[in-house]
Amino acid sequence: MAQTNKSLLVDPLVDNNPITLQVLGICSALAVTSSLKVAFVMALAVTMVTAFSSMFISMLRNHIPSSIRIIVQMIIIASLVICVDQILKAFAFEISKTLSVFVGLIITNCIVMGRAEAFAMKNPPVASFIDGIGNGAGYGLILMMVGVIRELFGSGSLFGVTILQTVNNGGWYVPNGLLLLPPSAFFVIGLLIWGFRTWKPAQVEAREYKIQTVEAH
Amino acid sequence: MEGLVSLAFKAIFVENLALSFFLGMCTFIAVSKKISTAIGLGISVTVVQAITVPANNLILQHLLKPGALSWAGFPDVDLTFLGLISYIGVIAAIVQILEMFLDKYIPALYNALGIFLPLITVNCAILGGSLFMVERDYTFPEAATYGLSSGIGWALAITAMAGVREKLKYSDIPDGLQGLGITFITAGLMAMGFMSFSGVNL
Repeated sequence: MAQTNKSLLVDPLVDNNPITLQVLGICSALAVTSSLKVAFVMALAVTMVTAFSSMFISMLRNHIPSSIRIIVQMIIIASLVICVDQILKAFAFEISKTLSVFVGLIITNCIVMGRAEAFAMKNPPVASFIDGIGNGAGYGLILMMVGVIRELFGSGSLFGVTILQTVNNGGWYVPNGLLLLPPSAFFVIGLLIWGFRTWKPAQVEAREYKIQTVEAH
Repeated sequence: MEGLVSLAFKAIFVENLALSFFLGMCTFIAVSKKISTAIGLGISVTVVQAITVPANNLILQHLLKPGALSWAGFPDVDLTFLGLISYIGVIAAIVQILEMFLDKYIPALYNALGIFLPLITVNCAILGGSLFMVERDYTFPEAATYGLSSGIGWALAITAMAGVREKLKYSDIPDGLQGLGITFITAGLMAMGFMSFSGVNL
């Protein structure tokens, strides 16, 4: 086997991150990050679903006819998501209300499908399981980073615990309300990608057009 | 009737699926490089959305809701936990049928939209539309309006995005921000623009 289990687990964190490089699973990454607690639960849910769906699909990979594989994968993923949804409703009802439709949308989260198609169909169950955990964790990492930035500067707290005392409560920090609104999620992720690519220049996309430089005489 | 008009307006502008709920982002980012393809995808999403949301509404009302099976003699059965799997099944089936129908009867349209149709099954905007319909407890006419107008809103957003990106590729962008990074920031600016609709009430 070319890839060791460790590299399967660690690679998706930075070098091959599902969000910043593979452009997968962006929808939920943007929507659930206005508070850290919700982002954490979402990351956990996605990791679980990705890991187990990869494992089950990999177990069945030699029995699935390729013409109907998408539907089979869909059904496995949808069943797992229903389990997660029911568990959340039973044990964390408040959070499941805040996540609203986004738990259901894990079904169409491209990370789950993408890993099933790209990895689990060709690899044994254990490796697929680890690959799922790794990619879920890479997704979670970005989610948590965005969540920290948005919650800390948007409402002055982390995990609901006040860090920066806001003006309304007699403190000194004037919260930046924009960070709680949808557009800020785009900016934060855009800037994060910029940061990642400055750190790892190999990830930079090629230009479609070169700017012509004119030499001075 | 007025209720439906304001619902439609809200779904297109104020609660735009792409820009305020971030649904269908993967395709939104990936397929918005050219205006012509963006329009093609936008139309296919609108069509599929306009069919699947009311179809899922019927399934919810007559099969899944608590007490919905009373016509079959099971007044106490609550099947809402089967919702997710039924909606995605309906969406996949409708996309497949639409693809076969277009292939047979309207080949010109099939050639234009064909490559996008399989993509649509896994587009979160479609499933998201159905889930919002369930969460907000729409009636059938409301669901039909919501499906059509949320699809139009998504198509509008992706077309505008493609327009911006077609010009953007000639500009001098820092290396790390090239491609994905600048696309996100553009989308953020567009989302801010769409936010200005939020005060409008019909």
